[in-house]
Amino acid sequence: MNLTHLRTVLWTLVAVAALAATGLYVYTTMTRTSQVAGLGQADYQLLTAAGDAFTRDSLKGSPSMLFFGFTHCPEVCPTSLAEMTSWYEALGDEAKDLRSFFVTVDPERDTAAVIDDYVSWTGHVTGVTGTPDEIAKAAQSWGVFYEKVPLEGSDYTMDHTASIFLVNAAGEFEGTIAYRESSDTALAKLRRLLEG
Amino acid sequence: MTLRPLLLALAFATAFSPLASSAQDAPAAAHGEMAPIAIGDIAITGPFTRATLPNAPVGGGFLTLTNNGTEDDRLLSASSPIARDTQIHEMAMEGDVMKMRQLVDGLVIPAGQSVVLEPGGYHIMFMGLTQALVEGETVPVTLTFEKAGTITIDLPVGTAAADAPSGHMGH
Repeated sequence: MNLTHLRTVLWTLVAVAALAATGLYVYTTMTRTSQVAGLGQADYQLLTAAGDAFTRDSLKGSPSMLFFGFTHCPEVCPTSLAEMTSWYEALGDEAKDLRSFFVTVDPERDTAAVIDDYVSWTGHVTGVTGTPDEIAKAAQSWGVFYEKVPLEGSDYTMDHTASIFLVNAAGEFEGTIAYRESSDTALAKLRRLLEG
Repeated sequence: MTLRPLLLALAFATAFSPLASSAQDAPAAAHGEMAPIAIGDIAITGPFTRATLPNAPVGGGFLTLTNNGTEDDRLLSASSPIARDTQIHEMAMEGDVMKMRQLVDGLVIPAGQSVVLEPGGYHIMFMGLTQALVEGETVPVTLTFEKAGTITIDLPVGTAAADAPSGHMGH
C-alpha cells in the first residue's frame, strides 16, 4: 500500500467516524428530547402560599426555577434557597422575568403559612403546597422522588430529589441545576434559560 | 434583615461535595483555633454549626471525633437546649436524591481513627429549634459516649453555608 493510498483510507475513516459521531449525537439528542417532553405536563392542582392556584399553566409565560423540598430539611433545602437567592443577586436585571417556586413534598407539615414563612426572606421564591394527592401528582409528573423516613418518637424526615428544575417560558423542562453545582455553571444555565 | 453577609459568604463558599464521611487515620489535622477538647480517649476538634435562615425549624451540628484509645467507642446520643429533640443522622446524596437516616445505635468511633461529622455526611440533627442560630454566637451541645462518658461543648455558629469552622479553610 503506498502512502497516498494509505492517506486516502485514513481520511475516509476520519469522515466515517465524524459522520457516526454526528449521527449518534443527533439520535441521543432527539431521544432525550422525546423522553423529557412530558416532564411536568400532567394535571395537578396546587396552591401558592398566597392561596392562588398553581397548575401546569402557572409555569407558562416566563421562565422559572422549580424545586421540590420541605421546611424540616437539614441542609439541601436551605442551601438551595440561599443559592437561588444569590443567583438573583448575581443576575440583577437579567433575572427580572425569572420566577422561582419551592414545592413542598411534606404537605402535612408545610401548610401555606409555614412554607410562606420559610421562603419569604428570599424575596423571589414562591412557596407552593397542596393536598398530599395533588403533591404526589405534581412530583410524579416532574419525575421527583420523595419518601417519608420515620425517626425516633413521632418525628419523620423526607428523602427527596434535590435538583433545581429549569423551566422555559412555555412551561417545558429545559434542564436541571444539581445540588451544590458551581455558581458559574448555574449562572450560565440560567442565562441560557433567560435568553430563551 | 440584610442578606449581604449571607450572600457574600455564599459567593466565597467553596462548592465541594464532601465525600460520605468515613473513618480516617488519626491524628486528625488541627481545626480552627479552638483549644483542644477531650473526654477520655476521645478528642473533639473543629466543632461548628450553621446560622439558620429565617423560620428554619432544624439545624445541623458538625465536628471531628478522634479516638486515641485502643478500644472502639461510640457516640450514643446528643442533646441541646436549643432544640426539642437532638439526634445523630447520616445524610447522603444518591444520584440526585438526598437521603437521610437516623443512626439509632449511635456512631462508632473506631480505635485509633477519626470520624468526621460534616455537611453532606454524618451530623448532629437539631429538630424543633427553639431559637434562630445566629452567626458569631455559640450553641451548647452535650455528647454522650459509650465509654468516654458525657461532655458539653460549644458549637460556634458559622455562616448559613459554612462548610467548616471559620478560620479553617478547605479540606
